[in-house]
Amino acid sequence: MELAAAAALGKFIGAGIAALGSGLAAIGVGNVAGNFLAGALRNPSAAGGQTATLFIGLAFAEALGIFAFLVALLLMFAV
Amino acid sequence: MFHPMDQFIVKPLFGDGPVMWYTPTNATLWMALAVLAVSLLFVVGTRGRAVVPTRVQSIAEVFYGLVYKMVEDVAGHDGAKYFPHIMTLFLFILFSNYLALIPMSFSPTSHIGVTAVLGFGVFFAVTAIGFAKNGIGFLKLFWMSDAPLFLRPIIALIEVISYFVRPVSHSIRLAGNITAGHAVLKVFATFAAVTAIAPLSIVAIVAIFALEVLVSVIQAYVFTILTCVYLRDALHPSH
Repeated sequence: MELAAAAALGKFIGAGIAALGSGLAAIGVGNVAGNFLAGALRNPSAAGGQTATLFIGLAFAEALGIFAFLVALLLMFAV
Repeated sequence: MFHPMDQFIVKPLFGDGPVMWYTPTNATLWMALAVLAVSLLFVVGTRGRAVVPTRVQSIAEVFYGLVYKMVEDVAGHDGAKYFPHIMTLFLFILFSNYLALIPMSFSPTSHIGVTAVLGFGVFFAVTAIGFAKNGIGFLKLFWMSDAPLFLRPIIALIEVISYFVRPVSHSIRLAGNITAGHAVLKVFATFAAVTAIAPLSIVAIVAIFALEVLVSVIQAYVFTILTCVYLRDALHPSH
């Protein structure tokens, strides 16, 4: 019985720890966008052609945050 | 009690029977509505084929121009052959995302089952195109000829793993973003029932709704542009 209670508690603690991953992905996304802006202000004429690269970089950084969110969801509702 | 994840439950449209593969559900309904909306815009809206476009026709032309330019820029000129499929993907995802923002509606793209079909479809198609175009030379994609020789097997292993994770991350990115956005919307909607924080919650829900409108377009755009990137890798595997 105590084991079941610990499992129920651990589910929520684990989901909370997984939520940290979303915050860390936010740092990554901010890094990509910030560096793009810094580069774009130095050479605005080249910035327009690099929007596609910006979105690809954002998508890759963000995907890992979404994975963390998925782990949290699985722990809360599937385990 | 109202639960923020209740909106993602797949229900049969008629009665309360079990959901089989042939049962018309709310997911079927909203996907059909998305297809209907796209058809209306592109078949009825551009029927006049006017040189000076009408309002509806100019919307269709903006979408066409945006996606065509993306395919040509990212996948190269020989990727333009696959433009119809990429355009279909973009419009279906965009309209599903937008229709899902109507209150009380259902978001098909929040279900991994829907996005996995799109993502794995792209993965299998791109792999088949790669082998058909380049033969066994497609495997050069994994073999970095400009890396030091002793590192190449390790890099090849990492490249193979990352190649097979692509469809998973491709589909989970879309489903995760839409699920997270809609869950946040409903959480703030629950706060609106608490009188003390209701005004704050209403301001927050307006801001988050605006963000969701933006996310809908960005996720459709990202899904399409990644399809183009994968297609470019298949057409020109040597780095």
